[in-house]
Amino acid sequence: MQKIRVRDITGNYLYVLPAVILFLTFHIYPFINVFRLSLFRWDGLSPVMQFVGLANFRDIFTASPEWWFSMWHAFYITMFTLIFQNGLALILALACDRAIRSANIYRIIFFIPPVLSGIVVGLIWQWIYDGNYGLLNYWLEKIGFGYLSRTWLEDPRTALTCVAIVHMWKGFGWGFIILLAGLQSIPRQLYEAARVDGAGAWDIFRKVTVPLMVPVFVLVIILTILNTMQIYDIILATSHGGPAGHTEVPITMILHSMRDYREFGYACAQGVVIGVMLLIVSFALIRVSKGVRQE
Amino acid sequence: MEKPVYYKTKKALANILTHSFLLIVAAACVLPLLWMVSSSLKTQATVFSDMSLIPKVFHWENYYVAWTKGGFDKYFFNSLSYTVVVVVGIVFITSLAAYGISRLKMPGKNIIFFLFLAAMMIPIPGGFIALYALLNKLGFLNPNTGYAFLDDLIRRLGYILPLVNQGLALGIYLLKISFDNMPSDLEDSASIDGCSKLGIYWHIALPLAKPAIAIVIIFNALNVWNEYILAMLILQDKSLMPLQRGLMVFQGAHITQYPLLMSGITIATIPIILVYVFMQRQIISGITAGMAR
Repeated sequence: MQKIRVRDITGNYLYVLPAVILFLTFHIYPFINVFRLSLFRWDGLSPVMQFVGLANFRDIFTASPEWWFSMWHAFYITMFTLIFQNGLALILALACDRAIRSANIYRIIFFIPPVLSGIVVGLIWQWIYDGNYGLLNYWLEKIGFGYLSRTWLEDPRTALTCVAIVHMWKGFGWGFIILLAGLQSIPRQLYEAARVDGAGAWDIFRKVTVPLMVPVFVLVIILTILNTMQIYDIILATSHGGPAGHTEVPITMILHSMRDYREFGYACAQGVVIGVMLLIVSFALIRVSKGVRQE
Repeated sequence: MEKPVYYKTKKALANILTHSFLLIVAAACVLPLLWMVSSSLKTQATVFSDMSLIPKVFHWENYYVAWTKGGFDKYFFNSLSYTVVVVVGIVFITSLAAYGISRLKMPGKNIIFFLFLAAMMIPIPGGFIALYALLNKLGFLNPNTGYAFLDDLIRRLGYILPLVNQGLALGIYLLKISFDNMPSDLEDSASIDGCSKLGIYWHIALPLAKPAIAIVIIFNALNVWNEYILAMLILQDKSLMPLQRGLMVFQGAHITQYPLLMSGITIATIPIILVYVFMQRQIISGITAGMAR
């Protein structure tokens, strides 16, 4: 009897075995290996790996201004996205939450850009921004602002913001869906009760909506930061990191280290640096939101 | 009598403002895509001069050229086959695992479940470097069996397996919840009727989990269809490349052939938009379900 039961339970593990094997091989092992490789100098091919301790990290922190420029670029795009994309998403969600007709159609349309690939979106916009034949310059000319026209993605003053706008175009619908779902989960009676008490629209927003939405806001903020700091495909399809490195971001820098310089160890160290930073920021935000909710 | 009229006009005004704002944003969403389709129907000569949204002559032959000479036939079928294989693999592997974790006796299963969830939350920006090194070490990148078709198969597998892995955590999470809600008397009566565990999984649990499976299918199909970075790192042979990779290769080689490039982009986009429009309900409910985490 005991034997049958043991065999039975062993058999049960067969159900999770394929998933666990794939997961250990293609997720856990690479995850651990990123940390291990970051301590080596390795070209990715040769069987010889040279242990260098924390030298890769020392180089990142002391001898690599390009890396920190790329971090600054990603940070710029992230701040741009946090403010404008999520601001727009919130306004749209509030508008659609007012039980207006055809809200569903807007919902369908706003979520089209998020389902497209970053490559497709980047290639379309790269042409819109084109200096010679682009749609943007053409329209500027038409409405009398021709003097503004330029090669948007090759001008160091505009390239980064242009990329951020593309990222925002692709992403706002996604923030909109989450925020709208959050808004719709607020019981309507709360609004009515507040109105009976004589509260105006702004007071209701400030005193009822915002406190209840704090967890959703934090979720959107964390996901925005994680997504945007790791942006790459839009960059690869629009500016390729140019002009002169003005739109390089951490992931494209890691790709350069890996493919152009064949410094796999250094590339892994770069990955560890940004990964740990993102993890710290996420946890800090979760902490803060818990504190806010308890107040 | 003045007050209601005042309120009515105020409300009507607010409605008009809201709607026009929403309309402008909606137009901003759709216009670049219309521009993409419209440009794909112009010729190399007219695309830079005729900026109208509706071309004067529709040059459908661009699609034929992109499909046959641009290599988008191969890219398209590669994308399609990667997507189908990965998604089918994910559905089977995650539903088996989720069923085991949810319904079967298995010491330590909560730890397994927790590991999958934790992995979903922790970002690894450098993960693809180690993944590349691993695939290289396992012989997926430069196989040499002496048979070309076998080599190709191994290369494809080197792309497919990591993508299956990417879908595991979400699939197991959603399907476990779905199996947890399965009434256990259904399970009991089936096992009294002599149904094996595998039979219960196949005949009872899977059909009941259809809504969750639909979400798993859609999200992973989108993920695989839009995947770029791994394809860029490991697929160097044009005959193996999916659409996103093919688009970048095409753009690199024919930088100013905008009508053909836009045809290619349209080919890569239409399936996604179709799937999305038909499945938007599941997609949106999937996001809301994911929020609950």
